[in-house]
Amino acid sequence: MNEILRVNLLSPIALAFVLGVIARVIRSEFALPKEIYQGLSIYLLWSLGLHGGVELAHATFTEIARPAGVTLLIGCITPISAYLTLRYIGRFGEADSAGIAAHYGSVSAVTFIAASTFVKGMGAEPEGFMPTLLTLLESPGIHIALAIGAIRSGAKSRPTSELLHEVLTGRTMILLVGGLIVGFLIGDKNWKVIEPFYDTKGAIFRGALCIFMLEMGILAGSRLGDLKKVGPFLLAFGMIMPLIHGALGSWLGSLSGLSVGGATMLGSMAASASYIAAPPAVRMTLPDANPTYYLTLALAITFPFNVLVGIPIYFKLAQMAHGVG
Amino acid sequence: MNSTPLKMVVIVAEPVLESRLVTELRELGATGFSIVDGRGEGSRHAHASELPGSNVRIETIVPDDVAGRIMEHVSAHYFTNWSFIAYVTDVAVARRAKYS
Repeated sequence: MNEILRVNLLSPIALAFVLGVIARVIRSEFALPKEIYQGLSIYLLWSLGLHGGVELAHATFTEIARPAGVTLLIGCITPISAYLTLRYIGRFGEADSAGIAAHYGSVSAVTFIAASTFVKGMGAEPEGFMPTLLTLLESPGIHIALAIGAIRSGAKSRPTSELLHEVLTGRTMILLVGGLIVGFLIGDKNWKVIEPFYDTKGAIFRGALCIFMLEMGILAGSRLGDLKKVGPFLLAFGMIMPLIHGALGSWLGSLSGLSVGGATMLGSMAASASYIAAPPAVRMTLPDANPTYYLTLALAITFPFNVLVGIPIYFKLAQMAHGVG
Repeated sequence: MNSTPLKMVVIVAEPVLESRLVTELRELGATGFSIVDGRGEGSRHAHASELPGSNVRIETIVPDDVAGRIMEHVSAHYFTNWSFIAYVTDVAVARRAKYS
């Protein structure tokens, strides 16, 4: 286990993230220009979708059916377990509990990409249809948590159609779902032509991810000062909740027939907290939830935790569930 | 040149509110508006909304009664939970007919 952790901590992705944090802590003026950050995130998500779509074309329905069912189940469990923990153990208000739960129910695409790069580096090739599972997991979590919040806090809820539109037409969903469909349709011959640029195991993709991680480090670093404001309970929550969700994902993923690599990725997805799709949706639907709580948790605690130590742990758990390692 | 006194309502708000506010301004009777991105700090000593993105400053020139309706509406809906500023100033416009 120590060896796996060491390999992960010394990976270019983890170190780029750490450098970003340090740059922010020493108040460097360095930051990625916004357009480059957005451009890279478009490239990463689009590659993920395309490559996933090509692989999806090779999968059979029976291979996907059980993992997909398990993924939807996890999507329903994680927002509820997060909500109950915050509301009844942490004694947080309805809006804050549901707002934070929406982040934990949804998925961080960057954590997904980091997990994908990690397992491929460990030689545990995941199933090609993992991006399909990501899109399945993305939506139910946000909606369940926001519905709980809107109903229980008596907030004047926004029309469901408006919220659904916002989540389903966001950048992540368009690029991922669109990429999956395009990748599915183009066939191997067309894929070969563009593969060097979009291959998610390739040098270009991983290099781009390293630059992207610098900015993630800066974003996380700029929230470090808020750690004081969130208090010890949320600090612990930000690390223990992902461990529980990650263990659940790795275990259920393994039971559903996913390989070690695939189960690790499902665990990482379940453990992750969204910070791109969820914050605006929560801000609009539950305006009395405190943004400092959910943004700091997702960005400054859970994301670094997963990328630095969580993913290797979910990998180990998946190995154990498979009776190897 | 003839100029007519009218009111300008200025709103500075979190970026996530932009599209909702624009729809509501139209419904309350504004015939047009301008939006610019901005930076700044308020009484909470923080960026208006901690979500990424710039604040928006929405300006709309309207007759007295519409300005009153807009101020009432935003007071009732946004002041409690959002980083939100709204104020009214006097302006003088040419082409009065454009504004109602």
